[in-house]
Amino acid sequence: MGAPVATPPESRPPTVAPPKQPTEAVEGSATWQLSDRIGLAICWALGLLFCAIAVAIVVYLLIQGLTYLKPSMLVTPATAGFSQSQTGGFSDALIGTLIVGTMGIAIALPVGVGIAIWLVEYGRPAGLARITELTIEAIAGIPSIVLALFGTVIFSSTALGFLSRTTEGIVFGRSFFAAATMLSLVALPLVVASTREGLNAIPQHVREASYAVGKTRIATVRRILLPTARPQVATGAMLGLGRIIGDTAIIVVLLGATQNFAPVGSTFPLNYLRGAGTTLTNFVYEASPTGNLNQPQKAYAAAFVLLLMVLALNAAVDVVHRRARKVGTWSS
Amino acid sequence: MEEQYPSEYGPKWSDQRAERMLGALVCAVVGLLLALIVTVFVRAWPSFSHNGLAWFGAGGSVEEQLNQIYLSGLSGAHYVYTFHAWQLIWSTLLITGGAVLLALVSALFVSVFIVEFAPVWMRDILQPVVRFLASVPSVIYGLLGVLVIVPFIGNHLVSEPQKASVAGVISLSGYSLLAGVLILTVMIAPLMVSIFCDGLRSVRPGWLEGSLALGVNRWRTTWKIAVRSARPAIVAGTVLAVARAIGEAVMLGMVSGSVAFAPNPADGLIFIYEPSRPLAPTIVKNIDSLGSAPSNATLFAIAAVLLLSAAFFSFAGWVARRAMSKYGATA
Repeated sequence: MGAPVATPPESRPPTVAPPKQPTEAVEGSATWQLSDRIGLAICWALGLLFCAIAVAIVVYLLIQGLTYLKPSMLVTPATAGFSQSQTGGFSDALIGTLIVGTMGIAIALPVGVGIAIWLVEYGRPAGLARITELTIEAIAGIPSIVLALFGTVIFSSTALGFLSRTTEGIVFGRSFFAAATMLSLVALPLVVASTREGLNAIPQHVREASYAVGKTRIATVRRILLPTARPQVATGAMLGLGRIIGDTAIIVVLLGATQNFAPVGSTFPLNYLRGAGTTLTNFVYEASPTGNLNQPQKAYAAAFVLLLMVLALNAAVDVVHRRARKVGTWSS
Repeated sequence: MEEQYPSEYGPKWSDQRAERMLGALVCAVVGLLLALIVTVFVRAWPSFSHNGLAWFGAGGSVEEQLNQIYLSGLSGAHYVYTFHAWQLIWSTLLITGGAVLLALVSALFVSVFIVEFAPVWMRDILQPVVRFLASVPSVIYGLLGVLVIVPFIGNHLVSEPQKASVAGVISLSGYSLLAGVLILTVMIAPLMVSIFCDGLRSVRPGWLEGSLALGVNRWRTTWKIAVRSARPAIVAGTVLAVARAIGEAVMLGMVSGSVAFAPNPADGLIFIYEPSRPLAPTIVKNIDSLGSAPSNATLFAIAAVLLLSAAFFSFAGWVARRAMSKYGATA
C-alpha cells in the first residue's frame, strides 16, 4: 500500500523540472528545417544589431563627449558669442535639469503613490476605479507636445500669473513651475504602474494579519505595505525621473527659449523657479545644427552629460531590482 | 503594547478621511484629464469649424497658410483660418507607418529571441540594452540623427542624378523620410520588445510542452503557440508604440527636414529621401506664433488630432490588455 504512494514522487522530479531547461539541453537547431534555421539566424542578427546600436550610441557619444567636454563648461553659463570658444558652457542647463527633475518628481511621486494606493487598497466605487485606470493609461498616451500646449493655457491664465512673469497684464506662462507641473504628468503613469505592481505583489494575508491586530487600512498602508513596496516605488520614481529629464517638447514650450536663468522678483529660490530657464535637453535641441545656436560640439558635450545621467538612472534601477530580489519578497 | 493609534494616525488619519482624501486626489487627476481634453477641443474649434472636413484635405502650401493665419492674427482685422493639413498628415502616416512596421517585425524577432532562444549570457546583455535604448532621450536620438545619419544619407545614399532629377521641386539634403523612419524605429522597438516579452513569458507552459511533446520543434512551437497566444500583448505593445510615434515631436522635427511637403511614392524609390514634416513637429516649429489667435486655434487643432489619435490607440491597447487577462496572462 505504501509502495504505489511512494513511487510517483520518485519518478516525478525529472518531469516536474522547469520546462525550459530540459528543452534547451535536448534540442539544438541542427535538426531543424532550413527555414527555421534562417529564422533563428534573423533572431541572432537582430539581437546583435540592437546591441550594436546601443554600443554605437554610447561609444560615439563617449568619444565626442570626451573630445569636446571641458570641465569649465559645467560651471560657466552660456553667453552670446560668435564662435564656439566664446559662448561659455551650459551650467544653467545642467542646474535647470536638476531643478526640473526634482520638482517634477516631487509632484509626481506623492500623487502617483496616492493614486496607486487608492486603486489597490480602496478602489470604491468600482466605476471610478475603472475610469481612473483609463485616465492613467490615457495620460501615458498623450503626446508631451499636447501636454505642453495645455500648459500654456493653464499657466498663461491671470489666476496663475504669480507663477511666471507678467508684463502689462499679459502672463508670460513660462517658468520652472509650469514646466515641472506638466512634466510631472509625464512621470505620473510610470510611478502609478510601478507602485501598483509593488502593492499587488504583497499577498492578501499580510493585510489580514495587520487588520487582525486592529490596524486601520491607512495605518496598514503606511506602516506595512508602502515599506514593503519601497523598491517598486523607487523604481517608478527613477523611471519617471528619466522621462522628465529626457523630455524636450514641454521644456521648449514652457520653460523658454533662453539659455540662461531669467529670474523674476527677488525672493531667492522662488525668483528662479518663477523665471524662464533651460535644461540640457533644451540646450542640445538649440545647439544642434537645426536649432538656433548651432554649436554641434557643445551639443555633443551636453548630450554626453545627459546620457551619463540616463545611464546612472538605469544602473540605479538595476541595483534596486537586484537588491529587492536578494532581500526576497512576501510571495517567494 | 503601545498606544493603539499613534497620534499621527489618530483622528487626523482616520480611515474614512484617508479614503476621502485619496479619492479626491484621484478625482482631481481625472478632472485634469477631462479639462485637458475639453480645453484642447474648445481652443481648436474655430479652426475646425472654418475649414470643415477640408482641414484634413490637400490644397495649397501648408507653410504659406500658417503664415497667412499668423499675419491675420497680428493685424486683427479679419482672421484667416484656411488650413489644409494633408501634407502634414501624410508625412505622419508615412513615418509612423514605416517605423511601426519595421519595429514590429524586429521587436517580434528580438523578443522571441530573448524569451526562448538566446543563451543566458546573451539574454543578460540584451535586456539591459533594450531598457537603455528605451530610455535614451529623444533629443539625443535627434542629435545623432542630424549629425550622423542625415549627412550619411545625404552624401552617400542619395546620388547626384537623383538630386538633380527633383531639383526643381525639392532639395534632397539627407533630411528625409528614411532618417525619420530609421531613428523612430530604434526609439519605439524597445518599447514593443518589453511588452512582447511580458506577453510571451506569460504563455502557459503546458501549451508549449504539449506542442513539444507532439514532436514540433522549438522554433515552430514558439511561433505557432507562444506568439499566437501572446497576440493580445503584441497588439497592446504595437498600439502603444504607435501612440508614442505619433506624438514624437522633437526628434522628427530635427531629422525629417521640417518642410511641409508630401513625399510622393509615385516618384519611385526616391520618395524615401524626400523631406517632410509630421503634425507634432509642426506645433514645436510654430510655437512662437501662439500669441496670434487664429494661429493658436490652428495649433490646438493639430494637437486635437494628435490627442484623438493617441487616445484612440491607448484605448485600443487598454482593451487588448484586458482581453489578454482573460487568458490568465498578466502583462
